[in-house]
Amino acid sequence: MPEGSNPAVELDLDDGPGALSRALRAATPWIAVVVLFLLWELGVRAFRVPDYLLPAPSAIWTETAAIPGAVWGHTWATIKTISYGFLLAVVVSLPLAVLVTASPAVANSIYPLLVLVQSIPKVALAPVLVVALGANEMPRIVVTFLVCFFPLVISVAAGLLSVPAEYIELCRSCRASRWRELWRVRLPYAVPFIFSGLKVAITLAVVGAVVGEFVASDVGLGYLIQSSTAFFKTPLAFGAIVILAVIGIVLFQAVVTIERLFFPWSVSDDRFRG
Amino acid sequence: MIELRGVSQVFRSRDREKVVALHDIALDVAENEFVCIVGPSGCGKSTLLRLVAGLIEPTRGGISVGGVPVTRPREDVGIVFQKPTLLPWASVLDNVLMPLKLMGRPTAQARPRAQELLRMVGLEGFESRLPGELSGGMQQRAAICRALIHDPPILLMDEPFGALDALTREEMTLELLEIWQRRRKTIVFVTHSITEAVLLADKVVVMSARPGRIVQVLDVDVPRPRAFEQEALPAFQRIAGTVRALIFSNRRLPRDA
Repeated sequence: MPEGSNPAVELDLDDGPGALSRALRAATPWIAVVVLFLLWELGVRAFRVPDYLLPAPSAIWTETAAIPGAVWGHTWATIKTISYGFLLAVVVSLPLAVLVTASPAVANSIYPLLVLVQSIPKVALAPVLVVALGANEMPRIVVTFLVCFFPLVISVAAGLLSVPAEYIELCRSCRASRWRELWRVRLPYAVPFIFSGLKVAITLAVVGAVVGEFVASDVGLGYLIQSSTAFFKTPLAFGAIVILAVIGIVLFQAVVTIERLFFPWSVSDDRFRG
Repeated sequence: MIELRGVSQVFRSRDREKVVALHDIALDVAENEFVCIVGPSGCGKSTLLRLVAGLIEPTRGGISVGGVPVTRPREDVGIVFQKPTLLPWASVLDNVLMPLKLMGRPTAQARPRAQELLRMVGLEGFESRLPGELSGGMQQRAAICRALIHDPPILLMDEPFGALDALTREEMTLELLEIWQRRRKTIVFVTHSITEAVLLADKVVVMSARPGRIVQVLDVDVPRPRAFEQEALPAFQRIAGTVRALIFSNRRLPRDA
């Protein structure tokens, strides 16, 4: 039985102190969240905090659920921006990392460019991108891509370069071509590094998408936050923020799950790092 | 089979000082001969092995295998490193097949051979396990299978049992002898265990450190097949004693007793 699926059922199946404490441990974070929201709700009601300053969770829910179609439209637009930007970053950074690690000459020429791009604040770049790429989803995707690709390149490159000398000697003693060395040894070795980069990148992709939507957009949760706060519809803005948090958590967990499913040896393998 | 003539190896340390790892090495290894190289740490025995493997090039001198100068790694050489260096994401079977994959050769026909090799070292039934699930001794056994998968006539072994516990080490030594008896190969085996060297070798090469050079080459006239019981034989004792004396007399360390 998977942990934390349903504490009550778990208790019925194998009742004992072990099962009880396990169920409790799995439920603790959820209980904490529920308690936090309860305190929030009670605090807002008790001190009569106005909605536009800090809305109660119940107000956030009613205001957000009142326009399900519109909220879903904005959510979907943001998910699309995050996904495209993130996938673009993956597609670009893997070959780029391979190139950077392939030879010192290539590394010396590309690396300063990478650092230069990274040192530009992406928020500052966004309005310029709108002028260059037009008022469509392209500038948003590009901002998302720019925000999350750099840490990805760095972690993939670090993984490719941290292959122990013994493995490289094994490749050389078998006269493996560079391509086979990359495919059979370097890339698999880098998988844990790639995934730690992906985890950082997916989190940043959410940030990038919202930044893009702040600057120029008429859709997306970033736009929803801006437009609703402009009219002091703070509960709706909070609703958008909660949805963004949920998107971030779900996407992060998706990356974690992919790693667990397809690269089980990569997950917390100490021997592997040693 | 293997010839080294006037081989010297000079490394530059980080503070740009020259370190002579090997000085004027001359060595002949005949076909199907089992040669052990013994010496204190830092005598360049691993460097010597890497030179023969073609993984590094000598500063001076020439190395040839089968009359052909060594300029880069050869495919007819199998190498066993001190650490098993199995790829942790690949199954035991895939690890054994790895040299063929790295060489770009087909692996389908080699599967039965890989399985046979694994059976020979007692790893039958572990083919689909990951290296992390195996003990150190089992991992090194798999690594030996990997070195043998393309049936190389030459096997280079760099302290392959150095990281194992004493009991596993003795067991593996006997296993290696059996493998060699069954299918003769030219083996160059680096170790710092004198007993191991005398038990395994036809010829023991004694080296000294700083600079690494060959002090003496001793023929081991202990009859084969060998076993640990032979350690008590006078011939065994005599050679082991000579090797020990050579190593310690060349030591430049202050003596305790």
